[in-house]
Amino acid sequence: MSALARIGRFLGDNPVIPLLILLALLVGVLEFMRPGILNERWIGNTVKFAIPLAMLAACQTFTMYTGGIDLSAGVVATVSAFVMATLVPVVGTGPAILLALIPALLIGLVNGIGVAFANVHPLIMSLGTGLIGTGCLQVYQRFVIATGSEVPPFLTWLGTGVTWGFPNSLLIFVPFAALLIYAQSRTGFGRALYAIGSNKEAARLSGVRAWQVYLLLYTLSGLVAGIAGLLYVGLIRAPSLSLVNPLLLPSVAAAVIGGTSIFGGRGSYAGTIVGALILRVLDTLLTLMRMPEGMRVLLFGLIILVVTAIYVRLTDR
Amino acid sequence: MIRVLRNQAWVLGLVGLLFALALVTKAIQPTYSASGFESLARAALPFAFATAGMAVAILVGGIDLSVASMMAVASVTAAVLMEGAGVGTSIGVVFLVLGIGLAMGAINGALIVVTKVPDIVVTLAMLYVWEGVALLILNAPGGQVAPWLQQLIRGSVLPWVPNALILAVVGVAIVWVPIRRSKLGLAIYAVGSDPLAAYRSGVNIAGTRIAAYAICGLFSAMGGLTLAMSTGIGEPIPGPYLLAAVAAAVLGGVVLGGGIGGLVGPLLAVLILRLVRQDLTLASVDPNVTTIVEGTIMVGVVMLGGILALRSRRS
Repeated sequence: MSALARIGRFLGDNPVIPLLILLALLVGVLEFMRPGILNERWIGNTVKFAIPLAMLAACQTFTMYTGGIDLSAGVVATVSAFVMATLVPVVGTGPAILLALIPALLIGLVNGIGVAFANVHPLIMSLGTGLIGTGCLQVYQRFVIATGSEVPPFLTWLGTGVTWGFPNSLLIFVPFAALLIYAQSRTGFGRALYAIGSNKEAARLSGVRAWQVYLLLYTLSGLVAGIAGLLYVGLIRAPSLSLVNPLLLPSVAAAVIGGTSIFGGRGSYAGTIVGALILRVLDTLLTLMRMPEGMRVLLFGLIILVVTAIYVRLTDR
Repeated sequence: MIRVLRNQAWVLGLVGLLFALALVTKAIQPTYSASGFESLARAALPFAFATAGMAVAILVGGIDLSVASMMAVASVTAAVLMEGAGVGTSIGVVFLVLGIGLAMGAINGALIVVTKVPDIVVTLAMLYVWEGVALLILNAPGGQVAPWLQQLIRGSVLPWVPNALILAVVGVAIVWVPIRRSKLGLAIYAVGSDPLAAYRSGVNIAGTRIAAYAICGLFSAMGGLTLAMSTGIGEPIPGPYLLAAVAAAVLGGVVLGGGIGGLVGPLLAVLILRLVRQDLTLASVDPNVTTIVEGTIMVGVVMLGGILALRSRRS
């Protein structure tokens, strides 16, 4: 066994370690370029913006375990955020938040039904429901145009607030991430996801009822996307009809950089979280270099490609 | 044989749907005329090429998320180079842009083959790369497309046969028909159906995939050119063509995973989707409802197709 293969195997077993090294490297470059940038405020800001991205990337990570993807996540998050903000003046904060999660659950459920019972590819299914969701939102907007919108102080506090140097959104995110990391490896549901992604037929023969798993998975994915949208609107404080949509492709990128295989059966949510952080730091880095916008976008794409290519090469067994 | 029949059945079904829609259009708007159809064809033109490109990438077993970004590169390149240029130069620019499209697609394909990273991830990254390139070429909408090219897609040769429709059909056919009938066409379907079987039958898998992505890039360049021809300027920010192209390709009977479908179905699907949009506008339905209807048609058709496939497998 050559040294390279050994490193590859080690990294394959501990996929988060090389990502953490990469993250540290990027932060190092940042500190070198702009000494003193590495302070509490900057870290807090980076984490604040990485959290909604990491939550949206959870939808991609968990659906990817089964070989799927959820392209409706961005729209679902936008719908939840917009519906919540427009309902607050009418029904109050608590009910508005609960009501806003209903469309999220519904879109997720429809995705699940399509994937589970009609055998539609998740990419197509979630693309279609995303289109429907966008249309419904535009129609909805015309009915509530008079009521105005409001982001409740609670969500603003959660999204932008900082307590003892820690962003308040960690209050939601830490238990959320802990639950997901526990669920993916320690629960029957989590193992069923990997099983379906590795070999659907073998999973079926071992007693996994795929339709139940798909229904639950995509409904939960909708719910998580909805919550991510609520957090994001608390951070941005300006609801709009395309609020979270720009985060969709980065959420896929975060999951992929984090080592989750888009073909299913492999990956971890811990990797995705680091992936989301890497994307945020990369964004700061490219902004600081004062390049033309085009160069920044170009490098962003190239780096995603290079990181995944190296990753695939190292862990390919 | 059954597969061929089913493919034809899908296309025939789409033709039936198109006819039904035409009747509905006549019912809603008895005065619907050739000029309405002309503007429909013009609006459908960039969508048609984007969908054709996407369909080829799906046929070979992949998907190309960078279609809209490559269209943006083509449109800004054309608009920048043609500004103030004569007819002769602009003809040269058209061929140059088509060549650039071919090259961009080939780069996508080569990266997929070399890095062994899944198609969807590579083209997701390239979506940013090509968008960046487009922004570097032109920072904000600008440039100027040669006026004769702008005139080319306007008007009709015969009533009900708009120039734009002819351009779409000829543009796709001139590229796809010779390829479909050659060894490469067969190889694309073979690799899309079963790469291992294709490999064992002596098909050059890497070459086929690169070629398929290059064709996708070429169609994207055509889409970008026609987009610039209809607006008259270059636009560096990609339009809504990515999702629309996937939707139309799938509605047109191209199956995600590869090997099944053709280009006739997707082109019909583009016409159907644009006609639905026009009908709803004519019926003075809230334009926003259109998006819901389009999404519902797509989801409904795909779910129906999935259920039918499950049924036939069971029986």
